[in-house]
Amino acid sequence: MLYRTAGQFKTSYEADFALFPVKQDSILLAAVLVLAFVVFPLTANEFAFRALLIPVLIYALAALGLNILTGYAGQLSLGTGAFMGVGAYACYKLITIFPEMNLLVAIALSGFFSAAVGVAFGLPSLRIKGFYLAIATLAAQFFLVWLFEKWAWLYNYNASGAIQVPNIDMFGFTVAGPRAPAITQYYFVLIVVSIVTFFAINVTRGRIGRIWKSVRDMDIAAELVGINLMKAKLSAFFVSSYVVGVAGALFVFAWRGAAEPNLFDIPLSFRVLFIAIIGGLGSILGNFLGAILIVALPVVLGFLPDVFGVPISSSAVEHLNVMIIGALIVTFLIVEPHGLARFWAVIREKLIIWPFPH
Amino acid sequence: MEILYDILVKPFVDMVAAPDFFLQVVWEGLVSGVLYALIALGFVLIYKSSRIFNFAQGIMVVFAALTLVGLYEKGVPALLAVPLTLAVMYLLAMTIERVVLRPLVNQPDIILFMATIGITMFLIGFGEIIFGGENKVMITEQLMIPTGSYIFEPFGGFVSIEQKDLTAVVGAVVLVGVLLLFLNRSKMGRAIRALGDDHQAALSVGISLSTIWVLVWFIAGVIALATGIVWGARAGVSFALEVIAYKALPVLMLGGLESVLGAIVGGLAIGILEKLFEIYWGQPLLGGNTETWFAFVFALIVLLFRPQGLFGERIIERV
Repeated sequence: MLYRTAGQFKTSYEADFALFPVKQDSILLAAVLVLAFVVFPLTANEFAFRALLIPVLIYALAALGLNILTGYAGQLSLGTGAFMGVGAYACYKLITIFPEMNLLVAIALSGFFSAAVGVAFGLPSLRIKGFYLAIATLAAQFFLVWLFEKWAWLYNYNASGAIQVPNIDMFGFTVAGPRAPAITQYYFVLIVVSIVTFFAINVTRGRIGRIWKSVRDMDIAAELVGINLMKAKLSAFFVSSYVVGVAGALFVFAWRGAAEPNLFDIPLSFRVLFIAIIGGLGSILGNFLGAILIVALPVVLGFLPDVFGVPISSSAVEHLNVMIIGALIVTFLIVEPHGLARFWAVIREKLIIWPFPH
Repeated sequence: MEILYDILVKPFVDMVAAPDFFLQVVWEGLVSGVLYALIALGFVLIYKSSRIFNFAQGIMVVFAALTLVGLYEKGVPALLAVPLTLAVMYLLAMTIERVVLRPLVNQPDIILFMATIGITMFLIGFGEIIFGGENKVMITEQLMIPTGSYIFEPFGGFVSIEQKDLTAVVGAVVLVGVLLLFLNRSKMGRAIRALGDDHQAALSVGISLSTIWVLVWFIAGVIALATGIVWGARAGVSFALEVIAYKALPVLMLGGLESVLGAIVGGLAIGILEKLFEIYWGQPLLGGNTETWFAFVFALIVLLFRPQGLFGERIIERV
């Protein structure tokens, strides 16, 4: 009823190829954007920004980067955390070497560093496939984290070995550092995420996105119809690592404020992978749904014992969290292996033909 | 030139100058290599029979070791605790097959892989709640594993070999021997290999998928217990042990995902090489702690020349 598509006629190819051929989709998106840009900032408190809104956006962006590689181009990667680290450290070095640089520019540039590293570690994908490649990306994961620890130049020879974000002003607002208010950081992240997502949607819809998908579905067949596998795979690694690097820079500059090398260790990679898979591989929307679930779940679970008045120690809550998340992942995989995005697609289909079953 | 000398010549000069130290390093590497091989073996068995890349093998090692120590602390005699732990591992295998694997039959590989990561997280949380997070001491003596050490004096130097390491090596060899006999000679073993060759053909001649899966996961559990005892005797039992699961991954790459022989050869090779690299190149030149990544990078380089690993099945692709 709400999703009735009757009467929406397309009279040109442009209209048919529009980003949202169904009017209700664009209305829904507009509503979500109003929510994100107006309603949340007006209503959320410091805790909601720091524990929910900002991390959801950043994790969604990282998962989006991974999804381009794994969901669209079919190259399984377990090294996302380390590539986020490359983005973060590159941004830190840029900011400390050129303190006058605009943070947006620094973040945009730092993406190129992780993209370069991503392409270098993507080279084996031309020879190695499937799980062998997944383990090969672990080489990047462990090597890079080791490098963050040992290469003192990266963290400016700090005694602590950690990087600390300085206060950074942009257009009269403090956007990063200890003095930055959460709401400015939220807007900063939201704007970057919106821009990257917009580009990602169009890239994956376009020629290069189709090339990636054909490589994912069967790379030999893709090669036979004249697709240059090297270009296709390496471009996927480039774009994916770029997005992941930007997410990593935001992760440290707009959220954590400081980072140690082990922050980028394998649990982070798995977290992002969970988001991409639970959200749905090969979908842009899925990353956001997955991030909401994975980020919000621990926060909600942390509140539950208080709500029900169950006396339970905080360490037990943490362990229980890990356990429940593990169980939920398995449950989700069993119920809907194609992720939350497919879940939404099914609901949308049903709404379009409602009240008829077929 | 200086740096080239440091990389290409000096390590070998050092090796020859102190052959006893070199032997000691090789022995230490060999012992960790045996452990890597054991974990990789657990992976290989499950991968062979079900094409599931079982990420949970590492946590199963921890879980088995913790159960053993936990039972002992509750007052169960050590020698009774071992069969009890095996029973727990069987229960675990059955639960995993029933609850997780059966509904996920025929899903893409990556989904099953994610499911095993889910299992890993569940077991981490579950284990920490039951056994607590602190480091425990493996009940080495109670299991009648000798703890002394032999001293050899080759080349006028001195090499010390701990008896528990020796026991570990001998135990691993026996375990692998029994396993190979079981896989190659027994009816069940043949069924496992048949399932690995062709699921549908195996099903059509009456091999029960679920029985074999439970069996395979149980065998992986037995291997996990053996690994847990041996590694626990060296480094104590805690969740930090879980990281050795990552160590088994380059072994799998190097040896090939479906080769038992590959797991053993790959494990030993990586164990020895990473120790040698750490001692002779890593510590003097790179600031140490290279063991975290050396195995991966080494396996990656080998894979560039043999994409299916040293002993893996040739990957044949059809369009």
